[in-house]
Amino acid sequence: MSDLVDELLAGKHSALARVITKIENRSEGYREVVSALHEHTGDAEVIGVTGSPGAGKSTLVDKVAARLREEGHTVGVIAIDPSSPYSGGAVLGDRIRMASNAGDMDVFFRSMSARGSLGGLSTATTDAVTALDAFGKDYVVVETVGAGQNEVDIVRTADTVAVLVPPGSGDDVQMLKAGILEIGDVFVVNKADLNGADRTVQQLREMLHGRSTAGHHGASGNEVAEVARTDDEGRTATANSWEPPIVETVANRGEGVEEFLAALGDHGDYLDRSGGREQQARDRFAAEIRTLLREDANGLLADELDRQGGLDAHVDAVMARETDPYTVVDEVLAPLRECLSDR
Amino acid sequence: MSVEQEQAERTIRCLVAKVGLDGHDRGAHVIARALRDAGFEVIYSGLHRSPDEVVQAAVQEDVDVVGISILSGAHKTLVPRILDGLREYDAFDDRLVLVGGIVPDDDQPELRDLGVDEIFGPGASMEEMIRYIREQAPER
Repeated sequence: MSDLVDELLAGKHSALARVITKIENRSEGYREVVSALHEHTGDAEVIGVTGSPGAGKSTLVDKVAARLREEGHTVGVIAIDPSSPYSGGAVLGDRIRMASNAGDMDVFFRSMSARGSLGGLSTATTDAVTALDAFGKDYVVVETVGAGQNEVDIVRTADTVAVLVPPGSGDDVQMLKAGILEIGDVFVVNKADLNGADRTVQQLREMLHGRSTAGHHGASGNEVAEVARTDDEGRTATANSWEPPIVETVANRGEGVEEFLAALGDHGDYLDRSGGREQQARDRFAAEIRTLLREDANGLLADELDRQGGLDAHVDAVMARETDPYTVVDEVLAPLRECLSDR
Repeated sequence: MSVEQEQAERTIRCLVAKVGLDGHDRGAHVIARALRDAGFEVIYSGLHRSPDEVVQAAVQEDVDVVGISILSGAHKTLVPRILDGLREYDAFDDRLVLVGGIVPDDDQPELRDLGVDEIFGPGASMEEMIRYIREQAPER
């Protein structure tokens, strides 16, 4: 097992790929691998890219990766496809858009499916980012459809979150209100050559002005309440607040990619300047620890329930109105509670 | 550690790749969908991939099965380059390499000698292919 870690750290591509497979499958020993990799992380800039299906995420990520390569950086991409049909199978097609980085091994592109697994996807994504970071990638891009809480959790693992909005009816922008607007650090109106792009930019700008100045990690509580002075572009230069810029791109022609990268860089600078980067990392690790605690504690409890003969007897008793769900939980947890209070 | 036991049967990952100047992908689409319906994860490459791209995808996606679809007749040039690339990245031994499409009988022994595990020509049934993959997918 440690062979795999050594090979990954030595830069062997197939070892990196195999580690991510182990992470996805949660196969035996994956925890030890991720643990061993942790000390080698912390250098990658992690960018989350989200947006509705067909917004152009994969195409933009392809162009961004190519540009970063020109600048001499190495890139890792995790493309998450949340479709998980009943069979458990999936067709992952994000690779089709990878045209600009064909055959370039220093762009490590990996498709992941949701596999309908217990909301464990954000854990798997975090661990995969760890693997790419430890491998030595300068940039790691996590790409996913912004369709729900699961996806929001995934992109939250990024230092900077970009939200793609395709031009179209106002309804699209309206839809964004529900959650997506709050997590974006940079907004991208892609396919900006289409009719209605100006209107979408305008609507987006109006809605963003109505948003609080806190970034997508705004729950951390130490935001300095400072009134942001915004110019016409919706940007600000104050040290302790970030007003997300709106960038227009035509990803399939590579237009606006420079500006997009500049906006990502600005946000990175802001994080360094404001101390936000450290706070983000702290919040992230805290969240990760909490998630793992919850999963492992659940696992322990499930095992204990199985040893006691499963839930059925309890359910029977509740059905017969002999007891109730709260009392059952109290009983099941009683030994654990005693254990903890005896210390 | 019960979390680690939840995935008793691991998901088999397959690459369906179209190589070279061959614009016919109907067959590859049908196969991709059938493999998906069989519960596999399918990574579809898109058309006109070079051998290097197929190798890159096979290595990075860590697929169990590399499915190469060629209808252009260029298999004797393209397939060896893919096999060499897989070996170069130490990604050959624990992978099935399948070729689908039009491969004349006379060419088949040569491809098998080079390391192709199985060749599925016109008329091969999907059930046959899926059964083959289930049985032959390498232990990891």
